[in-house]
Amino acid sequence: MNRLIVALLCGLLFGAGMVVSDMINPARVLAFLDVTGAWDPSLAFVMGGALIPSSIAYLIRRRLDAPVAADAFHVPESRRIDLPLIGGAVLFGVGWGLVGLCPGPALAALTTGAWQAFAFVAAMITGMAVFRLTLGRET
Amino acid sequence: MSPEPLSFVWPLAGGLLVGLSAAIYLLVNGRVTGISGLTATAIGLARGSPRTLGFGFIAGLLVGAALASALIRRPEVQITSDLWLLIAGGLIVGFGTRWGSGCTSGHGVCGLARLSPRSIAATGVFMTVAGLTVFVTRHVLGGVG
Repeated sequence: MNRLIVALLCGLLFGAGMVVSDMINPARVLAFLDVTGAWDPSLAFVMGGALIPSSIAYLIRRRLDAPVAADAFHVPESRRIDLPLIGGAVLFGVGWGLVGLCPGPALAALTTGAWQAFAFVAAMITGMAVFRLTLGRET
Repeated sequence: MSPEPLSFVWPLAGGLLVGLSAAIYLLVNGRVTGISGLTATAIGLARGSPRTLGFGFIAGLLVGAALASALIRRPEVQITSDLWLLIAGGLIVGFGTRWGSGCTSGHGVCGLARLSPRSIAATGVFMTVAGLTVFVTRHVLGGVG
């Protein structure tokens, strides 16, 4: 099976999921994060729904020596909780809480033509490049 | 700004699609579907991952979102952030997700599914911090976001 076709197909499902779940709308995400305001539980249903097939797949993986179309699994195996992990999660949490966009929904929102999505994604890619040139130089 | 109430069927169905994507990508291509990592891979900012796969996934994501918007559900994107807030938020989301090795999809959907201690810690931290950020901007400072 062609891995590029599989990547395209999985991207297609993921992108459709962003729209169907309404995670493409930052106001809905912020309403979930706003637990003391008019709370909207949608994001919890998205997470719960996503974890069903995902968990089953990771259980199946334990019985497989290799994936169907590749030589080996490339799944992160580290168990170390360190400063980069926590520092990165803190920064991501601040940015996510400020705007209501995380990477998946931000990319999906580009397709609506909203200028805000283009500004956010351009800045996000710049932030990734800045990481690559600074703390991510050697990794 | 509050969005219109939404039946749980939509987020549940959308979540299943995202999970199905993660499941197929793992079992067939052997990799996690972390959007921050795939984005960095697609634009050549990550080492060790095949660039064409990242590019293919992100291209598929855009087509999938466009198709679903046209055929299944017309999305409304409500953003009140001004340009400077969008730039600041985007910069720290980009930097933070790379430093922390993942975002809501990589740590949330894939990491929690395989009970990775790193992903459980990261998801707990970014969810809590995002919630606190919304609390401060909406209820302490009042209406920044």
